[in-house]
Amino acid sequence: MTDTSPRLTTIELLEAEAIEIIREVAATFERPVMLYSIGKDSSVMAHLAAKAFHPAPLPFPLLHVDTTWKFPEMYAFRDRFAEKIGAEILVHTNAEGVARGANPFTWGSVEYTNVMKTQALLQALSQGRYDAAFGGARRDEEKSRAKERIFSFRDENGRWDPKNQRPELWSLYNTEIHRGESIRVFPLSNWTELDIWQYILMEEIPICELYFAKERPMVRRHEMWIPYYEDRFVLDEGDKVETVRCRFRTLGCWPLTAAVESSATTIEEIVAETMVARQSERTTRVIDFDQEASMETKKREGYF
Amino acid sequence: MSMVEIEELLRRNEQSDLLRFSTAGSVDDGKSTLIGRLLYDSKSIFEDQLDSVEDASRRLNREGVDLALLMDGLKAEREQGITIDVAYRYFSTPKRRFIIADTPGHEQYTRNMVTGASRASLSIILVDAAKGMSTQSRRHAFIAGLLRIPHVVVVINKMDLVDFSEERFEEIREEFSAFARKLEIGNLQFLPVSALEGDNVVENSERTPWYHGPSLIQLLESVYIAGDQNFIDLRLPIQYVNRPTRDFRGFCGTLASGRIRVGDKVVALPSGKTSRVARIATADGDLPEAGPAQAITICLEDEIDVSRGDMFVTENNQPQIARDMEAMLVWMDDTPLQPNQPYLFRHTTQTVKGTVAELRYVVDPDTLHHSDAQALELNEIGRARLQLYSPLLVDTYRRNRATGSFVMIDPLTHRTVAAGMISQIGRTGATDPQAEAPTSKNITRHRGAVPPERRHELLGQKPATLWFTGLSGAGKSTVGFALEKRLMDMGHACYVLDGDNIRHGLNRDLGFSPQERSENIRRIAEVARLMNDAGVIVITAFIAPYCEDRDRAREIIGEGFFEVFVDAPIEVCEQRDPKGLYEKARKGQIAEFTGVSAPYEAPQSPEVHLHTDRDALEASVDRLVEALRDRGLLPRS
Repeated sequence: MTDTSPRLTTIELLEAEAIEIIREVAATFERPVMLYSIGKDSSVMAHLAAKAFHPAPLPFPLLHVDTTWKFPEMYAFRDRFAEKIGAEILVHTNAEGVARGANPFTWGSVEYTNVMKTQALLQALSQGRYDAAFGGARRDEEKSRAKERIFSFRDENGRWDPKNQRPELWSLYNTEIHRGESIRVFPLSNWTELDIWQYILMEEIPICELYFAKERPMVRRHEMWIPYYEDRFVLDEGDKVETVRCRFRTLGCWPLTAAVESSATTIEEIVAETMVARQSERTTRVIDFDQEASMETKKREGYF
Repeated sequence: MSMVEIEELLRRNEQSDLLRFSTAGSVDDGKSTLIGRLLYDSKSIFEDQLDSVEDASRRLNREGVDLALLMDGLKAEREQGITIDVAYRYFSTPKRRFIIADTPGHEQYTRNMVTGASRASLSIILVDAAKGMSTQSRRHAFIAGLLRIPHVVVVINKMDLVDFSEERFEEIREEFSAFARKLEIGNLQFLPVSALEGDNVVENSERTPWYHGPSLIQLLESVYIAGDQNFIDLRLPIQYVNRPTRDFRGFCGTLASGRIRVGDKVVALPSGKTSRVARIATADGDLPEAGPAQAITICLEDEIDVSRGDMFVTENNQPQIARDMEAMLVWMDDTPLQPNQPYLFRHTTQTVKGTVAELRYVVDPDTLHHSDAQALELNEIGRARLQLYSPLLVDTYRRNRATGSFVMIDPLTHRTVAAGMISQIGRTGATDPQAEAPTSKNITRHRGAVPPERRHELLGQKPATLWFTGLSGAGKSTVGFALEKRLMDMGHACYVLDGDNIRHGLNRDLGFSPQERSENIRRIAEVARLMNDAGVIVITAFIAPYCEDRDRAREIIGEGFFEVFVDAPIEVCEQRDPKGLYEKARKGQIAEFTGVSAPYEAPQSPEVHLHTDRDALEASVDRLVEALRDRGLLPRS
């Protein structure tokens, strides 16, 4: 992006805005950290961070909150990616949850997500004494995100109060907090899914192989394709393992992530699919519609 | 979709430009329906989102699919049926990308409206065709003007309820335009729309054959926004210093305005040290130059001390380094403004402490009336005098949105309590620093027991200030005194302020430097305002050559300000030359004489434009009396 035509394009403006936000955090907070979920959006965010501080390395670490139920392909990709952009990667797991045998099959997704994601995240942030945490969420993903600030205040318990958000004007961000409080920062707030793919294509950002179509073993549940991993999948009566040519639009804990049938093996083909997709991407996330006003409730509790 | 189409889509998306706009409307103006319609018709709504809206529509017993429900994000809002915060929406057409800041129109949520509008290049204001202009419509227009949004589009919605009547449309258009003339709104356009039925949203409606303008989408796609950027004034606030090794020292920041090129000489403020740009470094390689909104890293040729909060500018175009300034404040917190208490002021990449030394007035956005107040409360808008403990590098908001804006933060609760727009820089009010600390706690403004309406009734008139402007010799005093006589004959109380009664008394301490001219105008405006408060119609007859000064007078005087351009070609004025001044100026005996050796900035949209070279004196006076009647200031006889 070396063009200096009079008016920046949308993508150039979004890139500049994200870089400004990321630099602002580095300049004003003592202990920032960047949440890295291994998904395409957080890879784009980490790539932007690398650009923001070029030629210096990232002045903060990446943090992966590991539920131990991520796809095996994701762990391998995570370590390669961090090395490639020259970032330190920290991994945190809720050890107590593991000891209690937390799993998405017998616990149910609500309780499991609370313990292994929300609680784990809060533990990691408080143990690391992080005062600012970047997340890769976009406002076009989900309706409660559409109202969240770019610099989103969290109280001592990591909670979000949607009714009591700080007004955010121009590009003047309020970075003032007391000890124990924190800010969640969303540099990709104004990006759309198409922008993310476009940018991955333009900047040649590596993404996990699970986004590309391949024949994979799957189990059909609630009209969704759930990936089958022999060693940990708890089959119910009547479950049938089938081979399906498919890919994933979002990545999370595999038992909670549905695949879409697809033959897309290039970014362009994925974009083609995205454009004709008449279902928004979060329908492939099981946790989003397991409670009334699901995301808002989780966010109030401290989830990203 | 074929791969050729995908490549075309990606190419278009890669090159598309971006329009950020805000929307405002009262609860029932159909704003959510309009946005729902924009998203729906531009195919930006996914099936599952539509399904859940259909479900919700059924559950809430709404008729058909209520597109408004797409907009109501939060659970509480769905229950209450109102939108309570700013929501951001995204859509695109083949021509352009859009970000909508959807802001609520409910009266108590001014703060959200200001928040949503702060980054907008365009604002859509909805008016219900059946109900006409409301308090909120005026409030929205006021805020659009206050935030200097370059383009304002008034959507007169629910045209289906008034049978697509052109007459009704024109009626609302005229009412709105009359109000907007008192504000600073650049490009104002009107559209007849039915959001519910889709008329003039995407395509021109057959039901409004009398309307020849673009549909809303066509307008959004074509409005020219490239000119809204400031390429002239280099302002690079330093955000972060990047120093990974001894050999690399980069100053990172986002260009607030202006351009910067390799080799350019830059001045680092506040130190004033200079150097040249050695590199504009990015991860994609060095750039030869950069422009507004780009996030860049600058390396200099010399080692000079620069840190966060400093600013790179050019030698002959600099912001002011100031601790004293006046600003319009929009109060956003439940706890009212506490004058003389410390606040944090966040401006560009700098945060300083300071106080509000004086609240000068509060504006009623509905009537534009200015009134004295001791405190600024939630959702109130007022002008205040600031005293900062450390200087900031500022421009007026009019000149530069980025370096003229700030937010105020409570130092204890850390809440964002106000948005501020700098309207004037430097010490204002009395020039004597002793007198400036007025503010002393023993002086409080006394509020009389007589409401303005009683004065209006007694005098049979509503007060106004007819602010005459024009070249020397254009006929300001002649027309002014003739009008005064006519009004007195009609039984109205009025008074002419001119050079003789002001410069010889109240303002005899002032000379003719730009600062003193400016102070001269300020005092005249304050006197006019006091006389208006007393119920008297005021006519001012001064050259008042600068738009900025007249705009300040408009701000001080408020709703009663009435600009009259007394116009005559300079050759005519020079021929008249009643005081022999042109002759002296031409001989160089008077410096900075307007029209000869100093500029005259003609008003862009005066309420009345008189041509004294063509029109007879009596005809000009008739026109002014008629204009006062049109405004409802004088009764129809």
